[in-house]
Amino acid sequence: MENAFTIAAYVVEAILFILSLGGLSGQESAKRAVWYGIAGMGLAVLATLIGPGSGLWLLSLILIAGGGLVGYQLATKVEMTQMPELVAIMHSLVGLAAVFVGFNADLMINYISGVYSDAGQVLGVVGADGVKAVGLPKELYDGLSSFGQLIAKKSSVEIGILRVELVLGIWIGAVTFTGSVIAYAKLAGNSSKLPFEIDTSAKKLPGGHFLNAGAAGLSVLLAILYLSNGGTFTLVLLTLLGLFIGYHLIMGIGGADMPVVVSMLNSYSGWAAAAIGFSLGNDLLIVVGALVGSSGAILSYIMCKAMNRSFVSVILGGFGGPAGEQMAVEGEQVAIDADGVATALNEADSVIIIPGYGMAVAQAQTAVAELVRKLRAQGKNVRFAIHPVAGRLPGHMNVLLAEAKVPYDIVMEMDEINEDFPDTDVAIVIGSNDIVNPAAQDDPNSPIAGMPVLECWKAKQVFVSKRGQGTGYSGIENPLFFKDNTRMFYGDAKASLDALLPKID
Amino acid sequence: MKIGAPKETFPGENRVAMTPESAVQLQKLGHDCVIETKAGAAAGFSDADYKDAGVEVVKTAAALWKAADIVVKVRQPDDAEMKKLRAAQTLISFFNPAANEKGLNEAAKKGATVIAMEMVPRISRAQKMDALSSMANIAGYRAVIEASNNFGRFFTGQVTAAGKVPPAKVLVVGAGVAGLAAIGTSTSLGAITYAFDVRPEVAEQVESMGAEFVFLDFEEEQQDGAATGGYAAVSSPEFREAQLAKFRELAPEVDVVITTALIPNREAPELWTEDMVKAMKPGSVIVDLAAEKGGNCKLTVMDEKIVTDNGVTIIGYTDFPSRMGTQASTLYANNIRHMIFDLTPEKDGKVNHDMEDDVIRGATVTHQKKVTWPPPPPKVAAIAAQPAKEKPKELTPEEKRAAETAAFQKETKTQVTLLAVGAALVLGVGMIPGMPASFMQHFIVFVLSVFIGFQVIWNVAHSLHTPLMAVTNAISSIIILGALIQIGSTSVLISILAALGIFMAAVNIFGGFLVTRRMLAMFQKS
Repeated sequence: MENAFTIAAYVVEAILFILSLGGLSGQESAKRAVWYGIAGMGLAVLATLIGPGSGLWLLSLILIAGGGLVGYQLATKVEMTQMPELVAIMHSLVGLAAVFVGFNADLMINYISGVYSDAGQVLGVVGADGVKAVGLPKELYDGLSSFGQLIAKKSSVEIGILRVELVLGIWIGAVTFTGSVIAYAKLAGNSSKLPFEIDTSAKKLPGGHFLNAGAAGLSVLLAILYLSNGGTFTLVLLTLLGLFIGYHLIMGIGGADMPVVVSMLNSYSGWAAAAIGFSLGNDLLIVVGALVGSSGAILSYIMCKAMNRSFVSVILGGFGGPAGEQMAVEGEQVAIDADGVATALNEADSVIIIPGYGMAVAQAQTAVAELVRKLRAQGKNVRFAIHPVAGRLPGHMNVLLAEAKVPYDIVMEMDEINEDFPDTDVAIVIGSNDIVNPAAQDDPNSPIAGMPVLECWKAKQVFVSKRGQGTGYSGIENPLFFKDNTRMFYGDAKASLDALLPKID
Repeated sequence: MKIGAPKETFPGENRVAMTPESAVQLQKLGHDCVIETKAGAAAGFSDADYKDAGVEVVKTAAALWKAADIVVKVRQPDDAEMKKLRAAQTLISFFNPAANEKGLNEAAKKGATVIAMEMVPRISRAQKMDALSSMANIAGYRAVIEASNNFGRFFTGQVTAAGKVPPAKVLVVGAGVAGLAAIGTSTSLGAITYAFDVRPEVAEQVESMGAEFVFLDFEEEQQDGAATGGYAAVSSPEFREAQLAKFRELAPEVDVVITTALIPNREAPELWTEDMVKAMKPGSVIVDLAAEKGGNCKLTVMDEKIVTDNGVTIIGYTDFPSRMGTQASTLYANNIRHMIFDLTPEKDGKVNHDMEDDVIRGATVTHQKKVTWPPPPPKVAAIAAQPAKEKPKELTPEEKRAAETAAFQKETKTQVTLLAVGAALVLGVGMIPGMPASFMQHFIVFVLSVFIGFQVIWNVAHSLHTPLMAVTNAISSIIILGALIQIGSTSVLISILAALGIFMAAVNIFGGFLVTRRMLAMFQKS
């Protein structure tokens, strides 16, 4: 551990990781930045392997290769619509790894204190200066593995702090693990590869959040117990509680709030890594954990802001009740067929498409891209408007459209494009609902009042591709569908678009 | 049911209430269609066209009135036609019920049902059968064309080799359906178009059509147009004065004036006075679409074109829709078709005259031997009441600067507060008695990394949030280092747990980076 080369390598790696995240500010620089990340990771593993103290490096290499193979399979097979699921299940692996590494630290503490007592000493006893630990006799110390040595020379205060850190690491790791598994199951729905089935809607055990609060309280109690030498048993109990909280917390959150949940779990996996970094005294783990943790926290914040809800209200699940009488919706939903949409599109000069989760569900992104290609070939100005919470993962829609070969410079963020709707001939809403709900602006009593929305109703004509007349995730009636300039293009998004495509000339 | 359209008897009327196209649609509803010979000739539809569309052609009006269960017409029926109307027959036509008591009573006595097209209520559901709107639209369009026809100059401005041509200036008074159509036509011909309406809420529509709305310097609470079914109401004398003053100011400037101001069931208000006409340049044109109700200009002669002493042409035609017979017939026939569509909800060719339906009830003026005019107010309000809109106030430069300073101060305040809290927390950790320096070293690294993380991540493009999550996922597997250090332990249990950790982290590292690369490669610029 105390190897100068390893530490020097950590500095290089930390900078590479920071650059790899910073490069994501633009599409082109991101392509370069990902290589920085890969280089950093490769260097980190290499430096640790050749550094002192790591035994069994052959086995380690085999394990890494095996894991790499599985990872390769996952990464190359996954459909872009399944990205949220993949990200969620990968978080669970980080969480579980953090739990294991944390447990190892505890086991090692026990082992070292065993070595101490065999030598007739006590772990952590400090010397005459009151700070530095007395330590083991030289021959015993040299016989330990490097990780053992690290612990063996700690004073009792340091051991105490070490325990705090590993309790945190294990507990956050456990919450992340079950939370991510549940998030995966909810996102994957029927295509989940888990052996059990999970209701994708918000479900809570009787007792609701009191159960969570109780489990959290108990966790704190157990943590205190463990710190006052409660032994490994309390740590196991603590882990179980963490697993339960992760499970129950995410079970109570519905599918459409998953962007927040996934980014929150992303953040947790980072904090878990940082906590483990503290307990191992490894600065690189701390740096990376902190980077990932803050990244996830920022993403969660952005998502919450886009829904105009506080983080707590999302995590505790469900929408608040309406503040009062909601405005009644007047008018009727007028249907239109593919011919009508085609005529309007052929005549339009400017078109804005607003995709939502429904497009991903119907796998309609290639059909959408084809439509855009045809319209653009006619010299029309076609753009996409992406709401920050469209889809089930931050930036999900962008990736789907990129996969379908839609150029990214016509894919706009909400703030960039919202002012352009009044000058737009046709706005097409594909599989989104709440993010285009005018009630958010017009009706102060609506549960989503104040949420920033795409003002597509200001376009001259709006077509809404939607499966039926139902309401969206939030269960709120959408006055957009009743507006005079709105026409409903009912049917599965992909089937509708396939019917539309031949009619565009 | 058999639906029949007679030839219009009114002299000069070119329209017809059924087109071959609408007949096809009516037959889809299970109805049969019949038409009087040459009924569509003036609108450009020959008998052969009708026959091709499966319509029976009969020789005389009498035969048609006899054959048809539902008679569809354009103009209010004359006395001879009223005689032909029989019991259990339905007539769909303009009927002018407000000034046709005789006709109402006669139809009621006979037991015929009359649906008056001008009585279709103005609710969104009924827009498709609103014949007044579709006719007004044509009138507005045609008014500009007639004006241009009588105006000796271009509408659009041009710079030619022979010299510069200034664009014409057109003023449209009244921004209803006809007014808006006139504005649209006028702007597309290239004229500079001004528009005025007593309902300030239409300013937005006017501006969206490319015209300039003429605002008055007048403070008065205008009655919400929604309360009167979207039509204009009578304005106060003070308001009228302000309005006339504004027009007087505009009169010498404008080349073409198109007046469309009508108030339901009243004589048209006088908006363009004699002195304004006098003030206009010779060669100017006034088209008065309100001629039928006395005209917005008192000099207007109904159905005639006159030229005043100072060379201003005033057009008082009332048959603009008929002048575009083909277009007017197409739209009117469609309005009729939509009405019959609502009358045959089952599409089985059987009429279900549902007097509970707002639209049908509103338009029906005689039914089952009773005069059912005027109708009760519709259950649905015509147009949703306009919520009072607060105009965003233009900020003065001082106010803007003040707002900016305030925003800056607020930002500084939040930042300083956050810094103070953060610093206090960090210092607090350092103050904990017995806190070892080795921990503090790591802690500093941690705090700095969080700080860098926040700085870096805020700059990440929104569109790259998914790759960001995948890449952070991959690098958070740096936890593999911990496992790599531990695997060399002497304890078997530790080694096994560490081995599992290494494996899982490796899955993540490879999976995360590869999928990120895959995603980023997809982002292509056009």
